[in-house]
Amino acid sequence: MLGYVIRRLLTAIPTLFLIVTIAFFLIRIAPGGPFNQERGLNPMVKANLERLYRLDEPLWRQYLHYLGDLLQGNLGPSYNLPDFTVADLFRVGLPVSMELGSMALIFALVAGGALGIVAALYQNKAGDYAVVALATAGSTVPNFVVAPLYQLVFALTLNLVPVAGWGGGSFANKIGPVLTLALPQLAVVARLMRGSMIEALRSHHVRTARALGLSDTTVVLKHALRGAVLPIVSYAGPAAASLLTGSIIVESIFAIPGIGRYFIEAALNRDYTLVMGTVVVIAVFIILFNLLVDLLYAALDPRVRYD
Amino acid sequence: MTTALRRLLLVIAVLLLGVGQASAEVVYNRGNSADPESLDPHKTSTVYEAHLLRDLFLGLTIQNAKSDLEPGAAESWTISPDGKVYTFKLRQGATWSNGDPVTADDFVYSFRRLLDPGTAAEYASMLYVVQNGEEVNTRKAPPESLAVKAIDPATLEVTLKSATPYFLEMLTHQATYPVHRASIEKLGAEWIKPGKLVSNGAYTLAEFVPNDHIKLVKNPKFYDAANVRIDVVNYIPTEDRSTALKRYEAGELDSNDDMPTEQLADIRSKFKDQVRVGPSLGTYYYVFKTDKEPWSNPKLRRALSMAIDRDFLAEKVWSNSMIPGYSMVPPGIKGYEPAIADYAAMSQLDREDEAKKILTELGYGPDKPLKMEIRFNTSENHKNTAVAIQEQLKPLGIEVALINTDTKTHYGFLEGKGDFDVARAAWIADYKDPETFLGISRKTSGNNYASWASDQYEELMNKAAAAGADPEERFKLLSQAEKVLVDDTGNMPLLYYSYHNLVSPKLKGFEDNVMDVHPTRFIRKE
Repeated sequence: MLGYVIRRLLTAIPTLFLIVTIAFFLIRIAPGGPFNQERGLNPMVKANLERLYRLDEPLWRQYLHYLGDLLQGNLGPSYNLPDFTVADLFRVGLPVSMELGSMALIFALVAGGALGIVAALYQNKAGDYAVVALATAGSTVPNFVVAPLYQLVFALTLNLVPVAGWGGGSFANKIGPVLTLALPQLAVVARLMRGSMIEALRSHHVRTARALGLSDTTVVLKHALRGAVLPIVSYAGPAAASLLTGSIIVESIFAIPGIGRYFIEAALNRDYTLVMGTVVVIAVFIILFNLLVDLLYAALDPRVRYD
Repeated sequence: MTTALRRLLLVIAVLLLGVGQASAEVVYNRGNSADPESLDPHKTSTVYEAHLLRDLFLGLTIQNAKSDLEPGAAESWTISPDGKVYTFKLRQGATWSNGDPVTADDFVYSFRRLLDPGTAAEYASMLYVVQNGEEVNTRKAPPESLAVKAIDPATLEVTLKSATPYFLEMLTHQATYPVHRASIEKLGAEWIKPGKLVSNGAYTLAEFVPNDHIKLVKNPKFYDAANVRIDVVNYIPTEDRSTALKRYEAGELDSNDDMPTEQLADIRSKFKDQVRVGPSLGTYYYVFKTDKEPWSNPKLRRALSMAIDRDFLAEKVWSNSMIPGYSMVPPGIKGYEPAIADYAAMSQLDREDEAKKILTELGYGPDKPLKMEIRFNTSENHKNTAVAIQEQLKPLGIEVALINTDTKTHYGFLEGKGDFDVARAAWIADYKDPETFLGISRKTSGNNYASWASDQYEELMNKAAAAGADPEERFKLLSQAEKVLVDDTGNMPLLYYSYHNLVSPKLKGFEDNVMDVHPTRFIRKE
């Protein structure tokens, strides 16, 4: 098992290297640069800036510099936010995005899972239809509609929560972003759970369990659930990686100081180092969560063994 | 018993004091359209950074609540008869937030730092007017050769290349603010961090959480601290304008410097006089590539300019958050008469007839339609403007194609002298002088995207520069130069910008002005 984990982590290194290399050259293909803007800079001034950030050197040398810095854990300065290094920005933003993302993930898994089970148990009855309707709505109504509606109803009309902002991390400020982030995931989880639970309830081992006279609760929660949860585990891995690294829409609408906006903003601003930093962080999350999913599989499914 | 009683009394006293202090603290939650790129005044360029830096630092001169020029760190000054040598007397007893006195040496250091190529300051060119300024910035001369001298700790002498009447206005710009030498030398890049930043303005930096808030607290050592009424300013970045509007409505923000202008009519009916919209110093214009056929023909450029219905753009596309514009320099600079295009007085129908006549004269018609591409950078409003112009030109048989790229690509393309027909651009004033708008059409300017070149214009601009010591004559010459530019349609002004602030009735002293500057030290909250 440990050997497997180490092997997987070792293969992650060339993967990361490849991702970094492709991303480094891709962003440089985009026209314009970090110092092109509405008010054009004096050419001398621009030359000074490019010298400061080594942008006047040949691309291959910049690439080697970047790799060298990266190996030492240095993500470089942000071109467009020179008061901060890329690492500074992540140090502030990543915990915020991760906190919201994990809350949304847990909520989506628990609530979505529960709804899915209910729907499966009452297949083709009112409860089932209600869950399917909710799931369809959840995955079709986009978050840029849900978020402003939430603000309008719960903040402006009912005055129950603040409109937006992080509020130093107060709970009331988190409800909106967590719900908005969770809703589409919750919908998917509910549908997945419903499908796999229906299948599990028809399987031989569940029928055997019922025949042995076990209670409904035991049958569902102990015997059916364990098999039914597998598709959700494999879905939750990539979903977690995407939730924990933030969402530009949710973070902008709720004015959350996370890292969700950095990827797109940095790409638009040609803030090369920040783009690269975001790519690295997201890639690491995806690699880690895929590994975690595989390990969870082994724990849940006795047929899977890693040696 | 007595000790217990005494303790209890002590606790009550402390609590009361605490409550008293808490309620006495005036907090201003100020929406600002974006976080600053940097708080180092020498590394900033934007309007939203200027708001913050105006609170943190104090330049030699300042703009007051009405954006009029006033003494800042300099108490007074004298100007030599030839208009070249400025001698500033620094404010007696003024200190940095750590108690160090603000001296003439601080300004010498700061001006050199701005121009030092190693600083890579975006606005270094602001001090090119100082003797050897450009030379220092381009490594042709050492920083010590900059003509800025400390005569004594309280007297600063600046020698300019030539008389520059707007020099005092330029000194209100954040690029010329002083920075604290000792902390930069000691802390390096860390000097700008909360708790470490030493500044000389009305406020000091307490917290900076990117994308969340920047907290400034009143600087008790500020020379005019007695008249500063707001104790804490929280600058809150409001990139999402709709969210900002809701936060304002909910009272989470006391003001914001922008709003979803496409909903301006609704917002006005809801918030009435809390909506402050008025002309500011900025021009939204299109450039022709004038060194390329057929755009090299001024007649053709003129015809197109006449055919565009600016009233429609301002009213329908921009919901009156912009003002129809016919000159490069917007109105609002005291003593300056912008050169308005002669067809501004004609009705739109007459203009279109005239435009058609010119196009026919030039041989364009149904058999030979004029084709052009309009390039613009990504924004809903820029797109709508271009689409409206496309529609307006269609009846004249002009086939317009639209090319939309993101901002970096757009300006990278224009600065790189790419091949285009017509492109969108804009200019916001750095200081209150026509020069800021006219300088960008000079032959050598990096912002002359039109590649427009006129000897007559250059001559008049040079004459105006030489007439520096006579402001009236200078403005007359600049206005003549502008007339050359406008008559030749060297570029095509379409709209003037306006400020659009949402201001709570609780805020007093938030005065509307063309520069849209609102230093917190002049604002009160009730």
